[in-house]
Amino acid sequence: MNHDAYPDSYIRGILNTVKTIAMVGFSPNTSRPSYFVFKYFLERGTRVIPVNPGHAGKEILGERIYGKLADIPEPVDMVDIFRASEFVPGVVQEALALKPLPQVIWMQLEIRNDAAAAMAEAAGIKVVMNRCPKIEYGRLSSEISWMGINSRTLSSKRGQILPGGVQRMGLGNAGDKKND
Amino acid sequence: MADAERTPGFNTLAVHAGAKPDPTTGARATPIYQTTSFVFDDVEHAASLFGLQAFGNIYTRIGNPTCAVLEERVAALEGGTAGLAVASGHAAQLIVMQTLLMPGDEFIASKKLYGGSINQFNNAFKSFGWNVVWADPDDIGSFERAVSPKTKAVFIESIANPGGVITDIEAVATIARKAGVPLIVDNTLATPYLCKPIDFGADIVVHSLTKFLGGHGNSIGGMIVDAGTFNWSRDKKYPMLCEPRAEYSGIVLHETFGNFSFAIACRVLGLRDLGPALSPFNAFLIATGIETLPLRMQRHSDNALAVAQWLSTHPRVAWVSYPGLPGDKYHALAQKYVPKGCGAVMTVGLKGGYDAGVKLVSNVKLFSHLANIGDTKSLIIHPASTTHKQLTDAQKTQAGAGPDVVRLSIGIEDKDDIIADLELGLK
Repeated sequence: MNHDAYPDSYIRGILNTVKTIAMVGFSPNTSRPSYFVFKYFLERGTRVIPVNPGHAGKEILGERIYGKLADIPEPVDMVDIFRASEFVPGVVQEALALKPLPQVIWMQLEIRNDAAAAMAEAAGIKVVMNRCPKIEYGRLSSEISWMGINSRTLSSKRGQILPGGVQRMGLGNAGDKKND
Repeated sequence: MADAERTPGFNTLAVHAGAKPDPTTGARATPIYQTTSFVFDDVEHAASLFGLQAFGNIYTRIGNPTCAVLEERVAALEGGTAGLAVASGHAAQLIVMQTLLMPGDEFIASKKLYGGSINQFNNAFKSFGWNVVWADPDDIGSFERAVSPKTKAVFIESIANPGGVITDIEAVATIARKAGVPLIVDNTLATPYLCKPIDFGADIVVHSLTKFLGGHGNSIGGMIVDAGTFNWSRDKKYPMLCEPRAEYSGIVLHETFGNFSFAIACRVLGLRDLGPALSPFNAFLIATGIETLPLRMQRHSDNALAVAQWLSTHPRVAWVSYPGLPGDKYHALAQKYVPKGCGAVMTVGLKGGYDAGVKLVSNVKLFSHLANIGDTKSLIIHPASTTHKQLTDAQKTQAGAGPDVVRLSIGIEDKDDIIADLELGLK
């Protein structure tokens, strides 16, 4: 994978299939970006499991915070990393010890570690670096266009409105078979 | 289209960018969402929107889906990360500077700008404590010499109205980068069809949409485009972007919104507090106009070059200032920055002076005598007898509005009809 320019189809494929996200480096501070991403995906019905050893055992928006990936008692599809680039190899090693393996390791904006990415990819895990899944979801669903952001997408198909309100868009087109 | 992983061309973006079919009705043309407000799905949704945690619509002063189509379209055409539509070009400049400067700060501006910008910088902005330091685009070193510890931005125009002054954007961008401040380029006269300032190092692009982007002389509007290139946190010089915002529960906009945080700051701080929102109806008209921007700009430029060539050989014409002419002072820069053409606007010096100018604007039948540029129709004005009438002759000449000067904005009519009308006027 060329980590300088991901095809939209790659990102869309990941966001369409991931149902459970473990968020490493999660902050319960409601003004921090990790809280924004956490809340956004919870509202879309994605299971999001916060990980932060300093807050292990606490609950936030009804979700329990775990101290480390190994403590999570269920399989996770994606590990989303909110730690500085130098801490990424340690997180990837922890992820590689999970059974079953996660399908995706995602590093947030400004976070990139090519050696750690190569390690994960060698184990068959998809990697995204220096991107935000909330921004990517907003971009590919066109929600972000409401804020005047250049989504870099064009379409002659009507977008998909998610159940539960008019201001929530999905990644497909109207008329697509709904994801179960 | 997105999944085909092609990069769409300029003509395709002009028609499609920002405008997918309406998700609720399937309307293919962009609907005019002529509403002040938008209902929330529930209390939690409202809280998420107000906290900037969810994307969505609240109130048309802060955002509107019709305006958003226009914003994304111009951002895409300029190659930026985001846009913000506002009520006028002046409003765009006001919001950009309010986001960047605190009272007592300075910004460097080219002294060859649209006269309205010179007024705004010299009067309103000075009253806010935002102090302009003028530099000369014909002496790039003057920008470097103007840099001080208080400098927060550099402002130039790609093609300056009315004289067709072309600024060496890349050279000024180098100076701005060295000073650690963003370069703002007013791209109104060129439009992204002729010149994309971001490709040459601009960090922020502003527009009067009133001119060529809208293109039909029916709506006032302005646009701010964020290039996504500037690091707002590096030197901690821009508190609106790099410090926690109490009114949004302490979020830091640059940290939260990354490479489109400038556009977000202009929206959720500047537009929210200062208020010059664009009407959705104007946004609809301007976005529709942009669909034909590439066709119009090429015709404007081709017609203008033909008119400039014809005028430059006319016995009653002393000089023509248009960078498309091979002998023009800015011809070499034009070949670099606007290779497809130099746009519609030129100034012409008449041998007969003031009286000849009055006679020309009075005698023409196709040209409209008014104070605007960038309409499909050909426009003419004699500044000495109108916009600059109150000045002395010396002041008029210094402002490029001497008694002999006529400004033309060449429309997209048949060029032979435009030339015939000028021939009639010059008789």
